[in-house]
Amino acid sequence: MRPLPELTPENTAFWTGGAQGRLMIAFCGACRHAIHPPQLVCPECWNEAIEFKPVSGTGTVYSHTVNHQPWAPDMAVPFALAVVDVDGAPGVRVTAEVVGADPESVAIGQTMRVTFANIDDIWFPQWEPAP
Amino acid sequence: MTMSAAITGVGMSDIGRKTGRPAMIHLAEAARRALDCAGLTRDDIDGICTYPGKADNSPGMSPLGTGEVRNALGLKTRWHSAVPDGPAQMAPIMVAAMAVATGQARHVLCFRALTESSSQTATRRASIPGAGRARLGGWYSYLVPANAMSASNWAGWMATRYCHEFGMTREHLGMVATGQRAFAQHNPSAVMQAPLTMEDYLGARMISSPLGLFDCDVPIDGACVVIVSAADAARDCARTPLTIEALGSALGSQETWDQRADLTTMGAHDACADLWSRTDMKPADVDVLALYDGFSIFVPYWLEAFGFCGHGEAKDFIADGHIGPGGRFPVNTGGGQLSGGRLHGFGLLHEACTQLWGQGGGRQVADAKTAVCGMGGGFIAGAMLLRRD
Repeated sequence: MRPLPELTPENTAFWTGGAQGRLMIAFCGACRHAIHPPQLVCPECWNEAIEFKPVSGTGTVYSHTVNHQPWAPDMAVPFALAVVDVDGAPGVRVTAEVVGADPESVAIGQTMRVTFANIDDIWFPQWEPAP
Repeated sequence: MTMSAAITGVGMSDIGRKTGRPAMIHLAEAARRALDCAGLTRDDIDGICTYPGKADNSPGMSPLGTGEVRNALGLKTRWHSAVPDGPAQMAPIMVAAMAVATGQARHVLCFRALTESSSQTATRRASIPGAGRARLGGWYSYLVPANAMSASNWAGWMATRYCHEFGMTREHLGMVATGQRAFAQHNPSAVMQAPLTMEDYLGARMISSPLGLFDCDVPIDGACVVIVSAADAARDCARTPLTIEALGSALGSQETWDQRADLTTMGAHDACADLWSRTDMKPADVDVLALYDGFSIFVPYWLEAFGFCGHGEAKDFIADGHIGPGGRFPVNTGGGQLSGGRLHGFGLLHEACTQLWGQGGGRQVADAKTAVCGMGGGFIAGAMLLRRD
């Protein structure tokens, strides 16, 4: 099984938002800066009023790669990984596996939408092509 | 603006794949050779430093800390440190330079030891951070659980973006890999010495597109020691001291592999700009280049970061033959990590020093007097400029 992230005060909303089908991104309550990976303090203004907000769950592929090497014994290959600029969260990218598409078909500039895969108490964002 | 520190000796163990030799045996061999190189004895060493310190974060990544090496080699030191956070694998050499410049020590033994080749198994692969742990924290907890487990994935998406923006192709990366193999054929200590053709390169299996097998460096067992000495103490050593002309450590983006605004650049660009701001020398003054090549794609990034060519111009710079054997700016003349094995930058620096001392044998760059060394990929980067006066 893939390693899971440790849930912490700053990251729990991100990793569990998928239970409600939501991609939760951290924003500074004071300066509105979008923060990813999430932090307890705003890196722009040092305010501690961090708020998680659901974003639309769509985004644009900034880059991608197709992984062919099984790094763990149960890893099914090949699969694509996409680095996606998240709509509604300037400067934030979420990197995740691509599902529901031929790995070789993923392209820079492609519009994606988020979906989630649940393991234990973690909801992993995954990207699928937007209809 | 020269730092009052110099490299006075280097030593590398007999590196190999699946050697089964304990890390300490590799380390002792490297230390013995470095002392011989410098004309020093064990009792001259009064400082020790390493990256990252003992760590089992991934198999064979760092089996030795300063404590074990002090104990095994019977060192009595005035200063010791390990640097897990810092400007890449170069961090211990940088802090050692600061230590000798501030009088904390006179001769610092800096080391890097790895047993990744012997330590990895089918279930615990080398260089997969956090492998074997139940739950992950830190920057890679946003990548490894997303199945982006390997640095080849992270470098892969950098390469995809770079190729998209600038029209670089697999053939350009193949020129890096085959060029370094041509150098390695003149380096008896390189782990990969068989000829590598472009056909071999293009025919190899894909790892993480666009990076294939020969775009990835080779996990090995081995150790390397670099001795950093105070300028006045360096004059007593056997060889002409290699003065550390400048160091660059700047980092302008956060510690991730995916959030930097422009992923056709990396931490190296910040570190190199920092380096050139600290010296009157210029890229045109450089004779030998040691550029981190954990993956082939890092070579064009480092070429541009150091300013040997402009942003997006590395593909033409490479195709024009500047970096291979006989080129004006020869890169990784010992074969680099792609052909020489992954000593995490220390091997590249060892080769640069070997060149500056004129000991490069069939791969020697004529009258090499200056070298740059860049270590790291992604957000980690340290840059160094060396000169032999």
